Amino acid sequence: MAKTESTFKNMVLTLTLIAFVAATCLGFVYELTKKPIEMSALKKKLDAIKLVVPEFTNNPDEEVFRVATGEGDSLDVYPAKKDGVLTGYAVNTYTKSGFSGDIHIMAGFKPDGTINYITVLEHKETPGLGTKMDEPAFKNQFIGKNPSDFVLRVNKDGGPVDAITAATISSRAFCDAVQRAYNSLFAGGEWDGNSGSTESADPSDESEKEKSKE
Amino acid sequence: MSNLLNVSPSPHVHGKETTRKLMLGVVIALIPALAASIYFFGWGAIIVTITAVLSCVLFEYLIQRFLLKKAITITDGSAVVTGLLLAFNLPSNFPVLLVILGSLVAIGVAKMTFGGLGNNPFNPALVGRVFMLISFPVQMTTWPVPSGFSTGYADAVTGATPLAVIKAGIKGGEQVSALMDQVPSHMQLFYGYMGGSMGEIAAAALLIGFAYMLIRKIITWHIPVSVIGSFLIFTTILWLAAPEKNADPLFHLLTGGILLGAIYMATDYVTSPMNPKAMIIYGCGIGIITVVIRVFGAYPEGVSFAILIMNAFVPLMNTYIKPKRFGEEVKNG
Amino acid sequence: MNQLQNFTKGFFRENPLLVLVLGLCPALATTTSAINGLGMGIATTFVLLGSNTVVSLISKMVPDKVRIPSFIVIIASFVTIVDLLMNAYVPELYEKLGIFIPLIVVNCIVLGRAEAFASKNNLTTAFLDGLGMGLGFTMALGILGAFREIAGSGAIFNYKFINGDGILVFVLAPGAFIALGYLIAFINRIRKT
Repeated sequence: MAKTESTFKNMVLTLTLIAFVAATCLGFVYELTKKPIEMSALKKKLDAIKLVVPEFTNNPDEEVFRVATGEGDSLDVYPAKKDGVLTGYAVNTYTKSGFSGDIHIMAGFKPDGTINYITVLEHKETPGLGTKMDEPAFKNQFIGKNPSDFVLRVNKDGGPVDAITAATISSRAFCDAVQRAYNSLFAGGEWDGNSGSTESADPSDESEKEKSKE
Repeated sequence: MSNLLNVSPSPHVHGKETTRKLMLGVVIALIPALAASIYFFGWGAIIVTITAVLSCVLFEYLIQRFLLKKAITITDGSAVVTGLLLAFNLPSNFPVLLVILGSLVAIGVAKMTFGGLGNNPFNPALVGRVFMLISFPVQMTTWPVPSGFSTGYADAVTGATPLAVIKAGIKGGEQVSALMDQVPSHMQLFYGYMGGSMGEIAAAALLIGFAYMLIRKIITWHIPVSVIGSFLIFTTILWLAAPEKNADPLFHLLTGGILLGAIYMATDYVTSPMNPKAMIIYGCGIGIITVVIRVFGAYPEGVSFAILIMNAFVPLMNTYIKPKRFGEEVKNG
Repeated sequence: MNQLQNFTKGFFRENPLLVLVLGLCPALATTTSAINGLGMGIATTFVLLGSNTVVSLISKMVPDKVRIPSFIVIIASFVTIVDLLMNAYVPELYEKLGIFIPLIVVNCIVLGRAEAFASKNNLTTAFLDGLGMGLGFTMALGILGAFREIAGSGAIFNYKFINGDGILVFVLAPGAFIALGYLIAFINRIRKT
């Protein structure tokens, strides 16, 4: 077969043909993978919820509701129910005061506000320092505590939370995210002035990437 | 193998002295600071220093003997200096195994990979330190508080460096004047009574070593003076602009590794520029980058990063900033 | 050059990463663990196989002046297919590799093989070349990833054999440069003897 000449007509035809075939293939693969992609995203969400709340029989994703944080945005709350009785809430919360970037956390509460379990969904913290916040050694100290009497503040700021060694910022951010979830859900989005978290509501805090690392 | 200087590709070692004599001079100049750190940190300082020096020399020997199969040059003393400076950049309670690993990185990665003394673009001791800082942030940031020989090696009480205290406080919205009560006084800082890396704490001892090296003409004044000068000017500007947001320049000068870096690390013959004009540009770069990292960066201290960053520019400076040749005519445009 | 050599050259003699030093961006960014490295390598292999095959089939039909655009469209299609498939069936790996899956489209190895090799050779040769190059790349990424995982987190294939952390620098970007540098030095040393 001879090489096709580079005439205008040939070029347009070839490119159109290639693009057409490519588009058809992609459309087909897209249809094929659409369902599995949705399923895996849902499964990931449900796995995180399952981890943080007591057992449930409903589909928390269908009963999701939003609560205002009092900072102009809102958090997703997934109620967990066993045979119609409320057993807990999973709150998809966040903080902007991480060492590098936002941290997203799934915090599980019992109906009375006691912390059931917490898992970190997404973060960009320093490996070996901030990453330790998703390890039991740090987060187990929150289990069974109720933020109404267990102040979410690290030792350094006069609270009862043992911060991760050399990663006070990440520990503070973790507390901030849990506090945000608790306040939005149980305190109607009002910050209690003593929580130490109010500062984080200040947008200028976003520039606060910092310290005590060396 | 004679002790005369090896002829190597640029940058060349300055002076007519042998490498060994120069290195011996540097070691002598480091003695006051070493004495100060032993006084303040006791056994820890002795253990870390000896480990670092011995393992640096040993690694240099092993690599030259078995990997490079070249002549052994450990007697020139450059590995001893690297070991001492590496130890000076570590906390005195740093685990021995990690000190050995740091020495391997300093000698093996930063020096021998590039062909040994004279060819390494980056200061070996600083590469070792930064490697350790990134790899073992917890161990590298728990500083023992000065307590002499009263506590053992492993059970020293730890605390933050004054720089870290101030930085954390300022970020927490506190006023500098209030924070100053939490850190040692300027006079204590001058003598070295504070937590920190072994060699960086005693400003007085470092200055004695500086004077010795100047008198013996081991180094010229250009680099240390331009580092400290630009550093002081920049911190003064910041301090005058917002005295409650920035510590005063003297505090900045006496804490952290700026003196150690300016006097001993930035002046390393191999990794600094060759002529005075380039030296001053190099020094100012270090001073300014240090302040930028300290005041605006994530880390409370930035001398080691600043020196390594400027190290990278040295070949460029040696190429473009050359002294005028004797008799060269200046072209009139 | 016989067909077997077309396949094996990608592993050692012309390894795209260790000898040609192509595809550095994914090699440095995704090799934080052995599994991530291998996953990235396999995804790239799939794209290489697809693009090499199709390019060698159609290269005679494509006019020279629109050669590169056509190849890019083909490569981009295969990358998108990999992207969707991975998102659907290996979501965890997909999340870890993140942006670097779509970025295969700008990987020099893929366009390089399409332009320099596949467009000038017949189907079998191009297929073997793509397979060899892809697997060679996978192998290099796997070795790099395994080394960084062992040194950096004290684990291999997610199995932790020491408590606590390793030498953290190796899971961060500087460690990637150091490890890759020594790996290339090591390969050069072997090649010379």
